[in-house]
Amino acid sequence: MSANALANQKYGLLIHYDFCTGCHSCEMACKKEYGLEQDQFGIKVAQYGPVQNSEKKWEFFYMPMLTDLCTLCAPRVAEGKLPTCVHHCQAKVMQYGTIDELAEQLKLTPKSALFAPKCNA
Amino acid sequence: MPFGKVSTPVQWEEDGYTVTRTNSWSAPGDHPTGAGMKLYVKDGILEKVEGDPEHSILKGALPIRMLSLPEYVYNPDRVIYPMKRDPKKRGDNTAWERISWDEAYDMIVGKVKEYTEKFNSNSIITFVGTGREAGNWGPTISCRVFNSPNICYMQSGWSCYGPRMAVTSYVLGAPYPEVDYAAQFPDSYDDPRYTYPGCILLWGKEPLKSNPDGFWGHSLVDMMKKGTKFITVDPRLTFEAANSEFWLQPRPGTDTALAMAFLNVIINEELYDYDFVENWTFGFEEFTKRIQDMPPAKAAEICGVPEEKIIGAARFFAKSKPGAVQWGLAIDQNPNGVQLGECLIAIMAICGCIDVPGGNVMGAIDIGGLGSGYSDLDPQDKINEQIGVDEFPALVRTLQFTDPDSVLDQLESGAPFKLKMGFFTSANAIANPCNVPKRWENALNTLEFNVATDIFINPTISATCDLFLPVNTYAERDMYVATHYGAVGLWIGGIKKAITVGEAKSDVEILRTLGKKLRPELWQYDTDVEYINDQKLKTLGITMEELWEHGWWHVDYEYQKYAKGKLRADGLPGFMTPTGKIELYSTMIEAWGDDPMPYYKEPPTSPVSTPEYAAEYPLVLSTGARTWSYFHSEGRMVPKLREVEPNPLVDINPKDAKKYGIIDGDWVWLENSYGKCKMKASVQPGQKEGALAAQHGWWYPERDASAPELFGVYEVNVNNLTPYKTVGVLGFGAPYKCLMCKIYKA
Repeated sequence: MSANALANQKYGLLIHYDFCTGCHSCEMACKKEYGLEQDQFGIKVAQYGPVQNSEKKWEFFYMPMLTDLCTLCAPRVAEGKLPTCVHHCQAKVMQYGTIDELAEQLKLTPKSALFAPKCNA
Repeated sequence: MPFGKVSTPVQWEEDGYTVTRTNSWSAPGDHPTGAGMKLYVKDGILEKVEGDPEHSILKGALPIRMLSLPEYVYNPDRVIYPMKRDPKKRGDNTAWERISWDEAYDMIVGKVKEYTEKFNSNSIITFVGTGREAGNWGPTISCRVFNSPNICYMQSGWSCYGPRMAVTSYVLGAPYPEVDYAAQFPDSYDDPRYTYPGCILLWGKEPLKSNPDGFWGHSLVDMMKKGTKFITVDPRLTFEAANSEFWLQPRPGTDTALAMAFLNVIINEELYDYDFVENWTFGFEEFTKRIQDMPPAKAAEICGVPEEKIIGAARFFAKSKPGAVQWGLAIDQNPNGVQLGECLIAIMAICGCIDVPGGNVMGAIDIGGLGSGYSDLDPQDKINEQIGVDEFPALVRTLQFTDPDSVLDQLESGAPFKLKMGFFTSANAIANPCNVPKRWENALNTLEFNVATDIFINPTISATCDLFLPVNTYAERDMYVATHYGAVGLWIGGIKKAITVGEAKSDVEILRTLGKKLRPELWQYDTDVEYINDQKLKTLGITMEELWEHGWWHVDYEYQKYAKGKLRADGLPGFMTPTGKIELYSTMIEAWGDDPMPYYKEPPTSPVSTPEYAAEYPLVLSTGARTWSYFHSEGRMVPKLREVEPNPLVDINPKDAKKYGIIDGDWVWLENSYGKCKMKASVQPGQKEGALAAQHGWWYPERDASAPELFGVYEVNVNNLTPYKTVGVLGFGAPYKCLMCKIYKA
């Protein structure tokens, strides 16, 4: 990816949270990569449920949220690597790319969210 | 040879770092699932780790226990030199003094010779932990170095993995049949021979957190994405349960009734695989009669699971092709667990799951027992002298370990002879597996000389040991890691030394060095690699050097080995059991003295079996709830892991919480007639009403290490509530997952 492309494009993460297991690997990878202190996160996993929606169906899912400390791992990306949260995600539910391509992808994957963190500004 | 596909040598230079490709095992502990990692070292210091995207199973992903490795390696609490302490000062953690390795080895060799000459080498007992690599070497150091058959895993009823391995050896004639997650194929799921399971029956297990024994937990999510359905049997609403077609929530300890009812439905509705039953099982007719004892309506009442759910789930599983059963620790931690294991293997067998693509695979190799040392006992028949062999011959002879409660008896009574020396290989007994832990502490202190190998001073070492030997982490050693310890061989990875820390040594180096001094005729090896190549890998035709070069090795796998004459020593088709079939009627269990077919028995204490006890202690208590951060009693001193899981938790249903006046986050006492412990309540709507789920293995590294505080281990130890010698007919399975207690605010 060229510096020019980086400059002209907006990037983000598409998170297919249907399959996020809440394993904390994204949080830990980020904290280790950037030496974050206790209670500081570049990405943090939130939880919904478990809540019983019907006799048969429980809803219980996790959602990793990007904070203002997230840089979308610009230094790693410049070296041709994936952002560390994406790289280490055990459930493989995170995708890095341009907002445009991820938005297309979003249409095809229910229970997903597209994050464009503040570092895009 | 199906080696791994990697694009680099085992070590290379990158941006000022020396990078080493390795595969995790222990220490820090984990089961041998071998996460692929790259270790980044600068000026001899491990600065960071990264998942290896070329790894055939994890593909770059890493659990937090591996991601935090540097904080473990360089933890300020870590001890990296040998230390000794006057035995009169046991319990005083300030009384340690640093010594050299030479002095440490001389002390051990002197004591071993003294006890062997004055008494008998059987008076030396080796204690092993679970899961970690060191557990692999317990029999080796005991038999091949100390010449003693007395190896002990200090959990009543050997209630971890042992019962499942025993039942499968009796009924299936093989080690644990694992869910097929394509670990054996270099191209993983893309191998044309592979099929995703249609349905996984997940019974008493939480693989996402535990990555158990030889299974990569998150492969369940890979399968889920490809359409695999799940049936989860668990009193807790796990992520897996929430994403299942059927979630069955039995009262803990009643699962054997539930499994019998599954079989009742599958057999009576003729949903089973006729050909497989006809050709490859033994005793189907008697088994069919027996299973009539447990119609679904009866199981529904016993287990507290709706009848229609039992019927629906059983039908769904039997009709899903291929089906696979993932069965966990709940089978081991139940005196009725052998019968539950029989039922689950029967479900695999009659539903046609055994050794088919996407079903339950059977290992193609077995290097688990190789070089273990039993054959080096001198004289050979010492193996018949293992403690507990008279009371529990099935357990002792099948697992070739002592019976743990019988070891406690012998330590306390000094009969039939007094044990003299204990050697603890990564075994934090009183904080983790022991039932009646305070009794065990006192019993261990009857030993004259106790040696521990570990990374940190833990409560057991502080309370009972005289000599501490620092072991190193997997970043500091050369080793291999094999799924299921090599007993269900699918995949073997190379572990490559990247750094040196202090004077810490590998488990194998310690036992090799002691071996050379005590029985030099058996220990010609000068390096760990020489030893591993000769004792473990030679039979496979591979070497450590090749594992490093190629990253890992996939067993050349073949399905349906039973049909091709590849399981039996005589080369005939069939299974390695007395009848050559999968024994639904188990001739071996019958020979050992238990009923040859499954039966249901209530837990030792339960609302049904002991209503008076239940009036005082009304809640069913399961221990051993898994966490993301910790492997058993390890890891609480690692700051980033502790941040994720700061407190010991007990899960409670909201209705029970209300009933007992507890709100989320309250500190509570759990108490029964054996003892009590203090934990933090986590109110969980997905927890079975009337049942609690408590974590295990807790101690507080930040608290005073010396007795009586001992890192707060007795305040938080849930095993204060577990009983002595309350096991099944053959000696397997103490009720760690089906106790009774009361709960009240602290």
